[in-house]
Amino acid sequence: MKNRGSTKKEMKSRPRATRQKEGSTSLTIDGIPVKVERGTTILQAASTVNIKIPTLCYNEALSPYGACRLCVVEITKNGWRKIQASCICRAEDGYDVQTSTPELENIRKTMIELMIARAPESKGVLEMAERLGVKRTRFTPRNDDCILCGLCVRMCAERMGQSVIGFAGRGDERKISTPFDIQSEKCLVCGACFSICPCASDNLRKLSKKPPRPLNDEFDQGLRQRSVIHIPFPQAVPNAAIIDKRHCVHFLGDRCGICQDLCEAKAIDFDQNDRLIDVRVGSIIVSSGSDVYKGKMRREFGYGRYDNVVTSIEFERILSASGPFYGHVLRPGDRTEPRRIAFVQCVGSREEAHDYCSSVCCMYATKEAIIAKDHAPLLDCTIFCMDIRAFGKGFDEYYEKAMKSGIHYIRCRPASIDEVPDTKNIVIKYSDENERAVLEEYDMVVLSCGLEPSQHLANLAGRLGLDLNKRGFLRTTAFSSMESSRNGIFVCGPCTEPKDIPETVTQSSAAAAKAMELLKDVRGTQITAKQYPPELPAYDQEPRIGVFVCHCGINIGGYVDVPQVVEYTKNLPGVVYAESNLYTCSQDSQKRIVELIGKHKLNRVVVASCTPRTHEPLFRETVREAGLNPYLFEMANIRDQCSWIHMNDPLAATRKARDLVRMAVAKAGALAALKRVEIKVKQKAMVIGGGVAGMAASLSLARQGFEVILVEKEHELGGNTRYIYYTIDENGVQNFLENMVREVYDNKLITVYTNANVEGVSGFVGNYVSEISIDTKSRVKCEHGVIIVATGAQEFVPDEYLYGQDERVVTQRELEQMLVQRDPTVSGVKSVVMIQCVGSRDDDHVYCSRRCCSQAIKNSLRLLEMNPMVKIYVLYRDIRTYGFKEEFYTEAREKGVLFIRYDSSNRPAVHSDNGSLSVMAFEALMQENIEIKPDLLVLSAGIVPSVDNRRIAKMLKVPLNSDGYFLEAHVKLRPVDFATEGIFVAGLAHSPKFIDEAIAQAFATAARAATILSKDKYYAEATIAHVNEELCVGCGLCSNLCPYEAVEIQVKEGKRVSQVNEALCKGCGTCVAACASGAMDQYGFTKRQILGMIGTLREW
Amino acid sequence: MKHESNERTSFDKSKSFEPKIVAFLCNWCSYAGADLAGVSRFQYPANIRIIKVPCSGRINPLYIVKALYNGVDGVLVSGCHPGDCHYISGNYFARRKFALVKKFLEYVGIESERVQFSWVSAAEGVRFAQIIDKLTNEIRKLGPLTYFRKGSTCKGDQT
Repeated sequence: MKNRGSTKKEMKSRPRATRQKEGSTSLTIDGIPVKVERGTTILQAASTVNIKIPTLCYNEALSPYGACRLCVVEITKNGWRKIQASCICRAEDGYDVQTSTPELENIRKTMIELMIARAPESKGVLEMAERLGVKRTRFTPRNDDCILCGLCVRMCAERMGQSVIGFAGRGDERKISTPFDIQSEKCLVCGACFSICPCASDNLRKLSKKPPRPLNDEFDQGLRQRSVIHIPFPQAVPNAAIIDKRHCVHFLGDRCGICQDLCEAKAIDFDQNDRLIDVRVGSIIVSSGSDVYKGKMRREFGYGRYDNVVTSIEFERILSASGPFYGHVLRPGDRTEPRRIAFVQCVGSREEAHDYCSSVCCMYATKEAIIAKDHAPLLDCTIFCMDIRAFGKGFDEYYEKAMKSGIHYIRCRPASIDEVPDTKNIVIKYSDENERAVLEEYDMVVLSCGLEPSQHLANLAGRLGLDLNKRGFLRTTAFSSMESSRNGIFVCGPCTEPKDIPETVTQSSAAAAKAMELLKDVRGTQITAKQYPPELPAYDQEPRIGVFVCHCGINIGGYVDVPQVVEYTKNLPGVVYAESNLYTCSQDSQKRIVELIGKHKLNRVVVASCTPRTHEPLFRETVREAGLNPYLFEMANIRDQCSWIHMNDPLAATRKARDLVRMAVAKAGALAALKRVEIKVKQKAMVIGGGVAGMAASLSLARQGFEVILVEKEHELGGNTRYIYYTIDENGVQNFLENMVREVYDNKLITVYTNANVEGVSGFVGNYVSEISIDTKSRVKCEHGVIIVATGAQEFVPDEYLYGQDERVVTQRELEQMLVQRDPTVSGVKSVVMIQCVGSRDDDHVYCSRRCCSQAIKNSLRLLEMNPMVKIYVLYRDIRTYGFKEEFYTEAREKGVLFIRYDSSNRPAVHSDNGSLSVMAFEALMQENIEIKPDLLVLSAGIVPSVDNRRIAKMLKVPLNSDGYFLEAHVKLRPVDFATEGIFVAGLAHSPKFIDEAIAQAFATAARAATILSKDKYYAEATIAHVNEELCVGCGLCSNLCPYEAVEIQVKEGKRVSQVNEALCKGCGTCVAACASGAMDQYGFTKRQILGMIGTLREW
Repeated sequence: MKHESNERTSFDKSKSFEPKIVAFLCNWCSYAGADLAGVSRFQYPANIRIIKVPCSGRINPLYIVKALYNGVDGVLVSGCHPGDCHYISGNYFARRKFALVKKFLEYVGIESERVQFSWVSAAEGVRFAQIIDKLTNEIRKLGPLTYFRKGSTCKGDQT
């Protein structure tokens, strides 16, 4: 907590300065000579030399008052001696001030004891007591909750201009109150008095007629309060504070303005206004997101009525280590730990008003339950759901894991949710498997709220001229989910349909690819390259280190004795120059650093200031402007990791700052000039696989102006889409495919090889050479800069349910073909059974094939269209018609399709007796066996990875997951990249998905590939690993550990040695740490540098 | 940080031993978490000195041993949460290595609690402050590391 009374502050910039005359005053404080402006108080004078005099009633924003008497000091002048409160006593020439003598300590102890007696529970007072070494009071406690410091009175009068409160009564009866003790009408309920009160007194709240208005933190969902000036959330970009004008008393009535007075950097500008900016662009991408459902939660689910019913977003904040309860799972109502939590799914999804599935809630509820259990292992978590829609890559495994860890799933929508008045627990009424009503009590309920169109979307769409769909989301084009209804405007994220992070990121990249197709001719035309002086050579010489220590206004200087650090630094080995700056990052300081580098022939620079995460690029730029290699620079973080966290202990902070600078100087002495290796890029792509994904990627790259080699192993393009005639919401798949194939062949930039296989790939990002065999006869060699893997997958061939033995048993894909061809066997059927999850979610295939539920429903609807009398039974485990596909599930049910749930432990059995098919199923809801005798049995066969994946993975050195699909670099944030630079993945090769999703992913790979292809050079990282070949024994450990395939063992002159590919290395240093023979090292984090820093710890 | 102030120790002069702790922090997560603790002004003991590394996987166990040898009483290694590694898998390698380092330390007779491993993300400023608070208290209880110091007689030599 900021120690309000003791921050260094000069008065000169302030209008209310207490000075009277110009000129300066010299005095000594604790033996230190101090020179300050005339009129400065002793308290202020002391803080200029880092002497913190304890006080509880002083605040630099207000006039001094001298109430608490803790700031007493002993003043000697001309032989006479007096004890005075330093906050109201002005410094005068010749004063010899002592701030800490046994007598003063005794006075302070007595004062604080008196204050404890008045406010025994005040945190501010108790903290001060601890600091003064007082544990208890000798006086009888009065519990006034007020120490009469008068901060609130002064705040109200001086800053808020209201004077609502004042002192009333005398002596023993003195108190803070309003005139005549009548609740004030004049009060603004601004909270300033409360915020400054060292006792955090609640009494102040009772002085106003108006109720207090807590200012809720939007990011923490109102579970915590914030101040008017705030940084919206920890990782906000830019990470700068903003003023909430709606609540700031300055904006509401030209009062206060404390922030402007106190901000040393003069960053507060009240006159800043919203500006309208004209931007000329060639394309627009809309990614305006969605809102969380806020419909009937109050009435139906008790949200807002019951304390312990929270939304999933609120619970997300509760679980967060940076959230309102710092990661402790607590009930918001009474801050107790819950033992039983219920999650209610489909709040605002899959209901009449919202006839779609929000796609994300099943997984986030599962995740929240797992994390909650991680925090409190004994916690009991129950999820009330209709289906569990774990349709994404790896989701089903996660769901299984959740069940194993003891999370219960109850398949039922609760009938009612009520509060128990005494305990504030929540009782949920639902019916169990036997249709019996059950009442279950939980400590807390989490509502899994769905997503709905953002409230501003309709307005935005209107201004942009975009169409909305019937649910209020932005309408997209068939098979191209990133295209809006208007040419040139592209869309991504949940503003088009509820979706998860990977799909959102994929769609965003795809939208970027679409925009780049339009803008290809002007790509890079608005870039101006910066000119630098030539780099000075010969920096292997003796280090000549220059150190710049930043005051950062008072941010560092107020707590760390900067001059002392500078003096200390001057004696460190290698340092030839050291100085301090008020702000090292200011423009004049930058200029000065450039000059000083030249003047003192500095060849290494250390800046001791804030964090390198924000300022290292700036300083590197500065040293580069002076002609130094930018890597001959090092930073010591003495603000974020020192002064700001040791505000109450200036001595320790100064010691730590010295150590940190010493460590940085030690590292700087061992710094070397580094170069980012320049690699020429062959601006051409190879796409493996000619299905829709491969073709879409090729087309997008070609439209962006890049040459593409498209390799298809079969004799024609099209892949699996050749067997799809219609999707759940679109007809004309074959038409679409035909056009696409024609466009591919027509595009001159695309070279298509059919009946072709990639036999070998060598090289690395920007420079691949591949060997392609065509018709197993001829071979061609191709050079290209990137690789896109779109090798597809296959339909599972069922080996159960009489498939292949009885011709009445077919797969969904076969049924689709029969339907399209109006096969007489289909038109004659009276009853059809469909079995879901054949080759999905079983022991051999632990994943969900994602598209089979929709496939069964689209075929059911087709069947019914042909013959409305046909009886269709769908045996399912969960129906996973996510997003807008839910509508068709509803339609199928309405049209009479019977959905019968079975359990994985009790799978249906199929027999053929006396010529008729018989399906036995155990109905999980009714808990009884049923028998159906259908004319046709349709198996919803899953998707299995291509058998070729293993070979391709090995050839490209990219990983597969345990299911046999390609594994991306990051499941959420880099969904189409491989960890290895220059290789990307799209379509079914990544995981089962729908056509439009595969296409979006393909466009995403095109965008990602273009980041490399659009430049003729590729710059590798600078801080990468390198090998000392003499020491290397060729054990290969480094090569095994490298996640980027950047390290290889090669044979050089008969010796096995490790070799780092500079283009691929990302600089994690894992190989360096693992090298047993010490042959590996990393630029920028060398052994010598790190051990040098460790070595300085001896002097700590 | 109001909720932490009760445990704060910087005012407390009665405890004579102030441990020296070196923290190796991953540039992408824990170092940023430490920055966030600073920006949020969460006060924690001034007993740590931070060395930034590109990834927890970069840390050679030798550095930990060298740090102890050079006079620190405790070491913290902090990286990204499992699955969040900026370099895909470096934190997993780090985790495996540190399990072994702890065994090694026990074997040579150093309390393995002196070396601790944690996950702190860039958004977890509070968590970082809490970890440092806890670690400092734990090492304070263990007392100074006297054995295995540069210049000290190694007990192992007696055999």
